[in-house]
Amino acid sequence: RWKNWWVRGILTLAMITFFFIIIYLGPMVLMTIVMCVQIKCFHEIITIGYNVYHSYELPWFRTLSWYFLLCVNYFFYGETVTDYFFTLVQREEPLRILSRYHRFISFTLYLTGFCMFVLSLVKKHYRLQFYMFGWTHVTLLIVVTQSHLIIHNLFEGMIWFIVPISCVICNDIMAYMFGFFFGRTPLIKLSPKKTWEGFIGGFFSTVLFGLLLSYVMSGYRCFTCPVEFNNDSNSFTVECEPSELFQLQEYRLPTPLRSLLGWSTVRMFPFQIHSIALSTFASLIGPFGGFFASGFKRAFKIKDFANTIPGHGGIMDRFDCQYLMATFVNVYIASFIRGPNPSKLIQQLLTLRPEQQLHIFNTLKAHLVDRGVLGSLEDA
Amino acid sequence: EVDLEERLHELDLKSDSDIPDVPPPTDSTPEILKKALSGLSARWKNWWIRGILSLAMISGFFLIIYLGSFMLMLLVLSIQVKCYHEIITIGYRVYHSYDLPWFRSLSWYFLLCVNYFFYGETVADYFATFVQRREQLQFLIRYHRFISFALYLTGFCMFVLSLVKKHYRLQFYMFAWTHVTLLITVTQSHLVIQNLFEGMIWFLVPISSVICNDITAYIFGFFFGRTPLIKLSPKKTWEGFIGGFFSTVVFGFIFSYFLAQHQYFVCPVEYNSETNRFVTECEPSELFQMKKYSVPPLLQAILGWETVNMYPFQMHSFALSTFASLIGPFGGFFASGFKRAFKIKDFADTIPGHGGIMDRFDCQYLMATFVHVYITSFIRGPNPSKLLKQLLILQPDEQLSVYKTLKSHLVEKGILQPSLRG
Repeated sequence: RWKNWWVRGILTLAMITFFFIIIYLGPMVLMTIVMCVQIKCFHEIITIGYNVYHSYELPWFRTLSWYFLLCVNYFFYGETVTDYFFTLVQREEPLRILSRYHRFISFTLYLTGFCMFVLSLVKKHYRLQFYMFGWTHVTLLIVVTQSHLIIHNLFEGMIWFIVPISCVICNDIMAYMFGFFFGRTPLIKLSPKKTWEGFIGGFFSTVLFGLLLSYVMSGYRCFTCPVEFNNDSNSFTVECEPSELFQLQEYRLPTPLRSLLGWSTVRMFPFQIHSIALSTFASLIGPFGGFFASGFKRAFKIKDFANTIPGHGGIMDRFDCQYLMATFVNVYIASFIRGPNPSKLIQQLLTLRPEQQLHIFNTLKAHLVDRGVLGSLEDA
Repeated sequence: EVDLEERLHELDLKSDSDIPDVPPPTDSTPEILKKALSGLSARWKNWWIRGILSLAMISGFFLIIYLGSFMLMLLVLSIQVKCYHEIITIGYRVYHSYDLPWFRSLSWYFLLCVNYFFYGETVADYFATFVQRREQLQFLIRYHRFISFALYLTGFCMFVLSLVKKHYRLQFYMFAWTHVTLLITVTQSHLVIQNLFEGMIWFLVPISSVICNDITAYIFGFFFGRTPLIKLSPKKTWEGFIGGFFSTVVFGFIFSYFLAQHQYFVCPVEYNSETNRFVTECEPSELFQMKKYSVPPLLQAILGWETVNMYPFQMHSFALSTFASLIGPFGGFFASGFKRAFKIKDFADTIPGHGGIMDRFDCQYLMATFVHVYITSFIRGPNPSKLLKQLLILQPDEQLSVYKTLKSHLVEKGILQPSLRG
């Protein structure tokens, strides 16, 4: 029992150290790591499907699964690359064509896979093949889309990548410790080891941890600036004027906290307010991802997704709570933080027809005059 | 518990022969038809029923087109809901999971969520003027993704909480079945509606091409069919396939020629907030203006013409018809394989002689996605109303810089006079 505890502890520290090293090495390495994790998770889930259905002998199917993974990745990377590497893409002729007709090319690649699937249907194994087809697509939906959302978050600023992931990890560890020391009331039948005490204790510690981590990180530009690709040096740079979110502001404390802490105002980064939302999600809804994975393992009678990490199981076991988190952060950023990208809008505007451009110009002008940004009709 | 587990085990692992047969669908032919055809033998009776119902469906289709875009949208939505219902019902029967009461509610809830998300993304763009006037709608639009995500998450958490000890596997299967069905039916129906908004011709020509391909392939196969095409569908033949291909291309060509002349079909559908109706009035784009094309020397010798007057859209109709004839049938083969895998004869028995709605629409799905990808890649630029919406969300200083860039661009192109009146 203690040996298991030690193995888990050492591996946990190793993974966290590894995480820090990767952060130090920069965005490119992080992207590569996300990509590798994605492929490994896909492989684990597909292997479970093979084991469940004893369909390892359908040779076409392994090829088709990897082919679909490649197609969907190609599609997503193309969309991301086109947005962020716009100037690089415009310079190189073959890349420009690939990006202009990107959706069509991706769709054609997918269709080829679809037709291959139809042609590969074998008389006695129709049902198995349809099951594996469905299994592959659901896995792609879960694994690939979310890994690309993580990369989008990363490009927004490394802090949007590090804080959510750390909150989920912290919640995992804290809930376990609170459960270990104080756990009494079981939380859900699905995971008998989880307790309400662990859940609530984990929630409060994660919120606190999120506040502290955001405070420390908001001070450094390398974490808060959007990742950009510099054409001249052909590398990623994180240099910018920090946005409002990362500039210290005075906040008045609400009355109950004032009496508790004895301060009337506090200096905080606005980002820390957002970190409360992120930590709350990580603690309250993130565990549902874990319960889903537990239910999945019970449904298919497996103990762990794989044996990649000693003491912890497979990569999926570590990342099951992260998936909902990645989508939430992405939706959060799109809804509350980031507006549309102005340079991208200008590019799209310039491709419209003249009468459409004129219509937009007039509407925009009326709007600006309305808001008082444009002085008068003769101005600007 | 052991019995259920063993039964599931057997259903999964053994080959198809262990699947219990689904009871044959009841005959829903109306009494009138039955009486009228009572004298004929079974084969001709079936042929007549199919023929009459085909004509009825095509007439219904024309009627809806006449009634306009809004009715078409409603029709597409109803078909989507019915297809979804058919596929989910098959799932229930296959897994005998009709008794998991939570699951029916959850499936319909997920359908509602995904529809809400898609309608908010697409339709809201087109109703921009309508939306600007109402405060509550503005709020819903601004935070649309977040609201949709929250709704979906609620469903996800309800699913996790509804997991019952002995039925985990069944519940996960139904969860996956629901999501794959949503992926197939809902996304594609929304692509159909987006194609519709581009111009009714982009909705009519693809769908008619698929229907024409179905019918002509059947007729060619009936008269000339000899070489089987694919083991999955023994009734399909190479002769039918190739004959269908050529007839569909010609049909698409001629049909586009007629439709391209009328503004009603060619113009993008717009919502007029004053009259509260959909209008299709515009200056026809270049695609729909006659141009002279010089005939390639090969065809010149055959036809004897040097130039021909055609609409550029007819070139695109080539691509659409080719896809409908060559790749569209794969959607049909996929559905046939699915029916064999789950040992069902038809998806449902909604339409007498034809089966369920899904049976009629299986080839359409790939077509809708293809047309949408085709339009976004080769025809349409970005959507102006969507761009405008995004512009209005920007910060004032960003808006000002966009304004200045656009102004200098317009002045440069001579569209805007560089005077004070701007």
